[in-house]
Amino acid sequence: MTETPNRWKRYADWDERPLRLDKFAVEDAANGFSAFSSPADPKPGIEIAGGRIASMDGVLEHDFDMIDRFIATHHIDPAIAPEAMAMDSREVARMLVDMNVPRQTLVKLAHGMTPAKLASVVSHLNALEIVFAYSKMRARKTPGNQAHVTNAKDDPLQLAADAATAVAFGFDEIETTMRVSRNAWSNAVACAVGGSVGRWGTLFQCSSEEAEELRIGMAGFTSYAETVSVYGTEKTFIDGDDTPWSKAFLAAAYASRGIKMRCTSGAGSELLMGFHESKSLLYLEARCLCLQRGMGVQGTQNGGIDGAPLTATIPGGVRELMAENLIAVWLDLECASGNDARSTESEIRVGAKILPFLIAGSDLICSGFGSILKYDNSFNPSLLNGEELEDYLVLQRDFEADGGLTPLPESRALDLRARAVEALSAVYEDLGLATPTKDMKQSVVVGSGSEDTRSFLPRDVALISEAIKERGIAVTDVIKALAKRGFREEAENLLNVVKLRVSGDYLQTSAMIRNGKIVSAINDPNDYLGPGSGYRVSESRRLELNGIRDVLDQKEVLRSEAMHEKDEAKRIRYRALGAAKQGTDASDIVIGISPAFGLKLFQTTGGHRLSEVLAVVTGAIVKRGLKPRIVRFGHTADTSFLGLSAARLAGSGIGIGLQAKGTAVIHQRDRLPHNNLELFSNAPITRLEHYRGLGSNAAAYALSEMPEPVVVPTRGEAMGSRYHARTALIYAIETGLTQEGAAPEEIGVTFTVAKS
Amino acid sequence: MNKLTIADYPLAETRPDQVKGNRGKTLAEITLDAVIEGSVTMEDLRITPQALHNQAEIARAAGRPTLALNFERGAELVEVPQDVIMAAYELLRPGRATSKRQLLDAARNMRETYKAERIACFIEEAAFTYEERGLFSFRF
Repeated sequence: MTETPNRWKRYADWDERPLRLDKFAVEDAANGFSAFSSPADPKPGIEIAGGRIASMDGVLEHDFDMIDRFIATHHIDPAIAPEAMAMDSREVARMLVDMNVPRQTLVKLAHGMTPAKLASVVSHLNALEIVFAYSKMRARKTPGNQAHVTNAKDDPLQLAADAATAVAFGFDEIETTMRVSRNAWSNAVACAVGGSVGRWGTLFQCSSEEAEELRIGMAGFTSYAETVSVYGTEKTFIDGDDTPWSKAFLAAAYASRGIKMRCTSGAGSELLMGFHESKSLLYLEARCLCLQRGMGVQGTQNGGIDGAPLTATIPGGVRELMAENLIAVWLDLECASGNDARSTESEIRVGAKILPFLIAGSDLICSGFGSILKYDNSFNPSLLNGEELEDYLVLQRDFEADGGLTPLPESRALDLRARAVEALSAVYEDLGLATPTKDMKQSVVVGSGSEDTRSFLPRDVALISEAIKERGIAVTDVIKALAKRGFREEAENLLNVVKLRVSGDYLQTSAMIRNGKIVSAINDPNDYLGPGSGYRVSESRRLELNGIRDVLDQKEVLRSEAMHEKDEAKRIRYRALGAAKQGTDASDIVIGISPAFGLKLFQTTGGHRLSEVLAVVTGAIVKRGLKPRIVRFGHTADTSFLGLSAARLAGSGIGIGLQAKGTAVIHQRDRLPHNNLELFSNAPITRLEHYRGLGSNAAAYALSEMPEPVVVPTRGEAMGSRYHARTALIYAIETGLTQEGAAPEEIGVTFTVAKS
Repeated sequence: MNKLTIADYPLAETRPDQVKGNRGKTLAEITLDAVIEGSVTMEDLRITPQALHNQAEIARAAGRPTLALNFERGAELVEVPQDVIMAAYELLRPGRATSKRQLLDAARNMRETYKAERIACFIEEAAFTYEERGLFSFRF
């Protein structure tokens, strides 16, 4: 005897969902697990005496830690603070979502607000309000996006190909890092070259050790840096081996080299590093962001960074990530809004996490969309990766929201990858660094990820990388090699990016390059003041977003049907025999076919030839000793009415309605139109055996039996998403042939080849 | 000259002839052919203190005083050699300097050798804070 488990089996089903791999933590402020508020968070407050900040958020100047000191000295504007701090937090929160309050007014107030004040204001906003406020407050009007370009072998050929592909998809920035840190120089050259294929203007970063990264920047290969991390508690900062002053000094150093820079901070880092002071994530993050504004960096990579998976385990964690991004843009910082850590195994949580940013827009929606496959992402998998890139393209199209990307035709992708691989090979050959074989190159061009390639291995790359570094190869050497080897366009493109540092225009807040022009918060400021203002998807951009692959139109449907027409012509002949008569024989069952059946349409959406469907239905009726009769209706294409009209003509009073797309019904003369005997509404999964059963059951009803209805089993497939576009186009062909009052026509059918 | 405003931005587009590299070459002179023949080198592709001061004016006009200050600190570091920059950065990291004096010496070097007044003040400010917070202790 089997034991009945004392558990609702649904829980066992749920156990198998990817979601259950995610682990969740209880709210526990004392141990740092609190998103928005903690008893240890200070109350907002400021005291200014003689132009000096005497206390901030409940801490006397005498007791300031490094972070308080830096914020009080470099962030707080004492001229604005008294007014800003005196405002009611809820009132300021309402201003954030009031489309009539200009962004500039709020930005100015933030200059006088302490971390606790900023946190208390945004805490008043629910998720929807945070997203709306984010959309209104972000600095640059036009949204953009950033990609990770890395691979598990640090293979430079693949980096070049993937950089070119990312550029073609429209990423405004690409960021690489290495599995083996000494491969940095090779990665830098490979991405710089690959990123110059197709167009110019994609900014590039090579995330490595601070000093090395700056050296690579000085050699001209990179154009921005963002892995300059800051933290919200003093001890974490020190454990991170920096102070606000060392990081601010680094910021000035980057400016002095003409390299765009932003800092990085995100909720959960203090918690991960063990020094959270029992403060809430939001309060600590508000400190990080005030620090960053004080340091004078133009922007931040914020929220949803390495701490995001931890933050997402906490109640309200995902709302908190959006709230900290809001503080970032309110402080007038460019915001690369995270979404670069895979914070969940649930695809639903992934989609839910990205949507607010996609519809609100962001300076860089992801601060690393994994343009490569998950296993190739040397930063760790992103929220979205190469696997899901097309899903993202479709989300853009669904919501008519500009996520910064543009669909890329398959042949164009292949061409660009080949070009990038050839360009980098030419550079490596010309500089005597390596000579890739044809097989290596070809495997990379067509490979989806590094598991598919037969190219350089990390050790080969280390030798190349060290040679680049030791020989002091600079970007000008690479530009020369490109030009010499016939890649003049790429040489020009690469030079254009390096030239950006001469004017320094791209050092301003939220700068990116579009169509060869600088677009930043200065010449493209977010001017949102309600509907009709701010960023709008233009008609031409909308058409670009719409251009995903494999879309159906009526022509496509007719083309596909025309292919089947020839095939059907060999299998069946339909002859019109004149007006259909009222049947009198009790063994007469009428099969009512739709207007385009066998004339314009030749197979069901389940892929069955109409000749086969008719053969099995009629065969089953004959098998019961009854007589099938085929009648074409012209007054309707609707299944129910086809069935009912057929039943009314049938001597037995039983009819079958059969649409060309395969939807079928058994009807009886005196029933209401939609009160049929049996219905197959899911044509795409209806198989021939079901149609055979349908014929058999129609015969049974005619013989006054009560058969077991044929059930077409479904596994819950999203039939509508798979077939409705095609079905609607097919059905329009049917309805296009209907005529008011058209008389039913008797059809003679001859099967001309063996039935299957 | 009047102060730059946001209307002057981007300078590479509004006044390309006045945007010059470190050796005085204009944007129009920095061409691929010039790179190939060697008359344009990395030196010409470096930002200048003037360019950073210009961007600071624009940032200030756009309501971003802290960003402007960073550009001004950056302007002071343009002529500072890389190894000196990296040494100063290293010294500012926790536990590297074991006394306030080391940082004050670094500040004086910036002020006297490179006329980097803002940077010097900034390092001095760090020195006082590190002392207050006990950061001059050896980290193993």
